[in-house]
Amino acid sequence: MLKDQDRIFQNLYNDLGSDVNSSQKRGDWVNTKEITDKGRDWIINEIKDSQLRGRGGAGFPTGLKWSFAPKEVGSRPHYLVINGDESEPGTCKDRDILRFEPHKLIEGCLLASYAVQAHVCYIYIRGEYFIDGQKLQAAIDEAYKENLIGKNAAGTGWDLDIYIHYGAGAYICGEETALLESIEGKKGQPRLKPPFPALIGLYGCPTIVNNVETIAVVPTILRKGAKWFSSLGREKNTGTKIFCISGNVNNPCNVEEEMNIPLKELIEVHAGGVIGGWDNLQAVIPGGSSMPLIPKEKCETLKMDFDSLVAEKSGLGTAGIVVINKDQDIIKCMARIARFYKHESCGQCTPCREGSGWMWRMLERMAKGEASKDEVDMLDDVTKQIEGHTICAFGEGSSWPVQGLLRHFKDEIKKRNKFDPIVKENKNIPYLVDQHLLDKNA
Amino acid sequence: MSLKRPAKDQPEKFEFNSSSLEAAKIMVAKYPEGKQQSAVMALLYIAQKQNNNWIPLAAMKYIAKFLDMPYIKVYEVATFYSMYNLSPVGKYFVQVCTTTPCMIRGANKLVEACKEKISENESELSSEKNCSWMEVECLGACVNAPMMQINDDYYEDLDKEKTLKILDQILKGQKPKPGSYRGRINNEPENNRKTLMDLKNA
Repeated sequence: MLKDQDRIFQNLYNDLGSDVNSSQKRGDWVNTKEITDKGRDWIINEIKDSQLRGRGGAGFPTGLKWSFAPKEVGSRPHYLVINGDESEPGTCKDRDILRFEPHKLIEGCLLASYAVQAHVCYIYIRGEYFIDGQKLQAAIDEAYKENLIGKNAAGTGWDLDIYIHYGAGAYICGEETALLESIEGKKGQPRLKPPFPALIGLYGCPTIVNNVETIAVVPTILRKGAKWFSSLGREKNTGTKIFCISGNVNNPCNVEEEMNIPLKELIEVHAGGVIGGWDNLQAVIPGGSSMPLIPKEKCETLKMDFDSLVAEKSGLGTAGIVVINKDQDIIKCMARIARFYKHESCGQCTPCREGSGWMWRMLERMAKGEASKDEVDMLDDVTKQIEGHTICAFGEGSSWPVQGLLRHFKDEIKKRNKFDPIVKENKNIPYLVDQHLLDKNA
Repeated sequence: MSLKRPAKDQPEKFEFNSSSLEAAKIMVAKYPEGKQQSAVMALLYIAQKQNNNWIPLAAMKYIAKFLDMPYIKVYEVATFYSMYNLSPVGKYFVQVCTTTPCMIRGANKLVEACKEKISENESELSSEKNCSWMEVECLGACVNAPMMQINDDYYEDLDKEKTLKILDQILKGQKPKPGSYRGRINNEPENNRKTLMDLKNA
């Protein structure tokens, strides 16, 4: 288990209070000026050396992303945008940062803004987190009052304004370009990339978009050093991560742990075990709903980091672990996830708009045993038609969980859906719908 | 995509009252000059709050003029995002999360409770016309599942009995305490905490 002193979010359970004084006692805002005095390049290099990867799902190296921002500010100002549109089923880590560690986020905003030369930072929070957003707003007001942000923020000589922008219940706005559209006051429909936001982003200006957790860990990395951070976890999968363990466990919880921790340890030690015992485990969704599920056999030895999970044809995503035990109908669980994606598709690309509903309807029928056995392969085909044929990664996000189900529970589906639409015997019926299929066999 | 349709009975006129107007001006000031369209989402919220939890078409027209943008653009935004109510939902708006993490912990019991206490169908006003409920997608409190949101507040770690009790209080006009209903603190593992113990005991 990770040592307590290596935990970045000391106030994850709000034992200490989230106001500026108690945050300062935990080490926030202590020597912000000393850090910025070391210069932009030092900050970006330190983040690169720490091998921090984005915590929002895709796991893109943060230092590299920052280095894409233009070195000189031209006629267009730079922006920093923080993505707090946490809507992935199974994930609720950013909410705790917003309400209990807001000063880590705000200080991170200052350091990141300084590194990418932004004077304005927008924090995009999902609309449902209104109360948590208000707590962050209170912390921002506090920071303004203490001169930690605003003109000459925290004595660094850098001016920074932070504004909160509330979303309004659209999952797709967690996609960075849809999020920018949303801040611009439009429908949240993703843009084509390239151009990437680092060059043409918010209002057509260079914009760096980072997840809440990514930015909130930056101050601690810069204080304790890239070496400390990269000593945790393993190469290219360094540091700590907040894991959200939900579903059929005895003690669902959020916990900060080292990367590369065994999944079994997370479930058994921190979450109090699977309801009904480990043997009652059916499958685990390892990284929020869009990551393919992992069946029990593989959960025994699975390590939780980006690359280990990719090797299992899944992904760490947001590290929202949903534990599903044998009391649940796995097809129904996935059908519900498919319904989520059908509801949240923005409707811009046809494969996703139509395909997500198609997958949902088929899965609902499969759960009831009303589908024909051919449809199992058809479902697989539909997921392949969506994946990679859309503007944003929503297409993958909606089809991967279904592919995961087909990969590991195909037998279960086939057992339940035995119905064969081809009538093999009565060949004399002239208007049989599937007559052409019969001819092939004849 | 939101599947909501604008209400049939629409008020003819809508105008911000003085406090809404003040709030709207603060919102517009957050964005660069000439980019006032960015404030449209915030202004729709303000209109929704002023108008008993729903947005009439007249408000969209008003906001369009206020921000100097085409009415259709405001309409697009209001119909795209699911949190804008385009027809009356009552003073107490109950949203029950039924996405998988909540579903496998018994969210259907919460739905049953809503059906008993509020109305048979979702998005249907209660007999007193002050409350309605609907199933929604993930509200982002998965480790506290099952849960529901009433107006701005989250009610977590529920079961049917607790939900019935909360709804009773809401319908009586009281405000039950938000947060976990199993007495646990926020997101910590209940009775099983193994980390940061020094801070807990401090």
